[in-house]
Amino acid sequence: MQAVLRDEYGNPSSVYAEGAAARERVEEARAEVAALLGVVPAEVRFTGGATEANNAIVFGLLGPGDHVVTTQVEHPSIDEPLACLEPHGLAGRPARWTEGRGIAVTRVAPDEAGCVDAGDVAEAIRPETKLVTMIWANNETGAIQPVAQVAELCGPRDVLFHSDATQAIGKTSVDLSRLPVDFVSSSAHKLGGPKGVGALVGRRNSSLPAFLRGGGQERGLRGGTENVASIVGYGVACALARREAAEREKRSGALRDRMWQGIQRSVERVRWNGDPARALRNTLSVEFEGVAGEVLVQALDLEGVAVSAGAACHSGSIEPSKVLVAMGRTPEQARGSLRLSVGWGVDEQQIDRAVALLAELVPRAREVEAP
Amino acid sequence: MSAAAPRGGERVVVAMSGGVDSSVAAALLAESGADAIGVTMRLSESGSRCCSLEDADDARRVAQRLGIRFYVANYARAFGREVIEEFADAYLSGRTPIPCVTCNKRFKFDHLLDRAKVFGATRVATGHYARLSHAPETGQARMYRGLDRDKDQSYFLFSLDQAQLRAACFPIGELSKDEVRQRARDLGLATADKRESQEICFVPDGDYAKVVERLHPGASALRGEIVDESGRVLGEHCGVHRFTVGQRHGLGISADRRLYVVSLDPRCQRVVVGEARDLDCGIARVEQVNWISGRAPGGAIRARVQVRHRHRAALAEIEPIGVDAVEVRFDEPVRAVAPGQAAVFYDATQDREVFGGGWLAGGLP
Repeated sequence: MQAVLRDEYGNPSSVYAEGAAARERVEEARAEVAALLGVVPAEVRFTGGATEANNAIVFGLLGPGDHVVTTQVEHPSIDEPLACLEPHGLAGRPARWTEGRGIAVTRVAPDEAGCVDAGDVAEAIRPETKLVTMIWANNETGAIQPVAQVAELCGPRDVLFHSDATQAIGKTSVDLSRLPVDFVSSSAHKLGGPKGVGALVGRRNSSLPAFLRGGGQERGLRGGTENVASIVGYGVACALARREAAEREKRSGALRDRMWQGIQRSVERVRWNGDPARALRNTLSVEFEGVAGEVLVQALDLEGVAVSAGAACHSGSIEPSKVLVAMGRTPEQARGSLRLSVGWGVDEQQIDRAVALLAELVPRAREVEAP
Repeated sequence: MSAAAPRGGERVVVAMSGGVDSSVAAALLAESGADAIGVTMRLSESGSRCCSLEDADDARRVAQRLGIRFYVANYARAFGREVIEEFADAYLSGRTPIPCVTCNKRFKFDHLLDRAKVFGATRVATGHYARLSHAPETGQARMYRGLDRDKDQSYFLFSLDQAQLRAACFPIGELSKDEVRQRARDLGLATADKRESQEICFVPDGDYAKVVERLHPGASALRGEIVDESGRVLGEHCGVHRFTVGQRHGLGISADRRLYVVSLDPRCQRVVVGEARDLDCGIARVEQVNWISGRAPGGAIRARVQVRHRHRAALAEIEPIGVDAVEVRFDEPVRAVAPGQAAVFYDATQDREVFGGGWLAGGLP
């Protein structure tokens, strides 16, 4: 990334030599992303992150009268764009199309562990269904969705299938070479790359209209000069993930299990929001009964342990996590939940220290009234 | 009086509103060597002034500049329940509330102090213009007006109990507003020249009747008579919650003399108006009295009594009656004593130390 910022600062669309060097860097990165996901490089379009890719899918593919099947455990970057297109619009804002026409959305509910059932998705599909969009693994609970089954049932029904794999890539196998998924969104920072860059994978036979016009970059899909340094960073992150993913998954899984065992041993009234067998190996969503998650997050941060209550993006909101509520938790249970993920640099001592802190802080937080 | 300063390394939570006063309070605390943790209390989901996201961002920038940790604490649900509803109920029952007193007691020195304890802190600092002293042996706390009399906020703090006062810290109590602004400028704080907020934080446009009617939609249909003290009908009004004792403007009646709201009767939806002299109050009953020392005096005492934020405390005799009420007998009648406002007692000689205070229940001429 530094080399690109300092020395090879050409514009990849220019004809001069520096431009060609930058173009080459972008294409190398594209090849790395493609290799990690099991697609060909031409199917990878760089974006400003998964949120942009998800918006491109919703606003690019859907028109008045279309039906969409999705889940109740999507990231807001799918959920809110969809709501924008529904006849009632997003809270407080008018619908995108007038005359009461909009898209129809069916949101399939998850089970108690946060996973939807492929059969429920199949049942929700109608003749006018244009798209099924389902998160690959949930960002709050790590719950892995039945992507393979849903992909198999979309094709024969002539329904497009998109999956936001942001949370899953690098943590579990996302191999599109064997799965008929039409579109996949991703963000680099979730696998150790820079923030503000991601990709939208669109399989060769599925066309997507341009979502940023002007310039024709990214094969006409996303006009605008490429964020070369960040794209290069994303490529490097993918290359590392490809080499180390299996090892990382094993390692973070062992640490996560150690943390959960420790929590169960030393903290009373706790509950795993999910099913260990169907969750990302690094993610642990725990409800600490009778505790305000917000207070616990801050108290842990003061001691140098970074965790989040629900999704990081939701911090600062007092609404309970929609995802946990969809899983059947009460608002109070949702507010008492923390997402504890195992980062890459974490070792056993740090896990044990986090558990010891929780053992001290949770009873203290329970003594004071939850706001 | 600096006995109230925290010891070096002691962990202290400082409530940061995003204004200049609490910014400087945080700065002084950090300078003193305390392990200061800035917290902005988010009290409303909507964009009300004191807890808007921009203000939280200002506070965050100040904390960043000072090199202290910073968090946003969400209390919007509890604030709606405990402060805004109480505020609306007071107006509907003909009283003029001061929500800041409840907010200080219940939020800054109750909820926030609770959070501080989870953080491993024992103290909460705020940017109030008030001063404290703590007796070295017993820890017994006493409270005084802020040194800057124009900015003094002890009136809003009278209901704190000993446990709360022992945990409290008011770092700017010894400074004037000008000095506070100067400190902020010297430190390069973004909030140095920020406009001062005068309104109640959740009534940014001053239209408190709208807040009442949003919570109680039925209130907008209320109608009643405006009468003089002899019962003669002078006009009509749209609900007693729109009026305050002592109010002169906005009565919507024409008369050949200056008329003021003298009393409010929510049951009959009656607004009684009269002349200035009808507002004079010689004796007031004050309820739910809190004595800073923790004990009511054995008998009548001399004191200065302040009956609203911008009122020069008046000499009076205070006599405890019953469990937690007092009768205040003013030396000279006091104008416009509004039920629902606080009566705060200060020492008679210097008008400096806060003895306690309570809620005005009503006055007699």
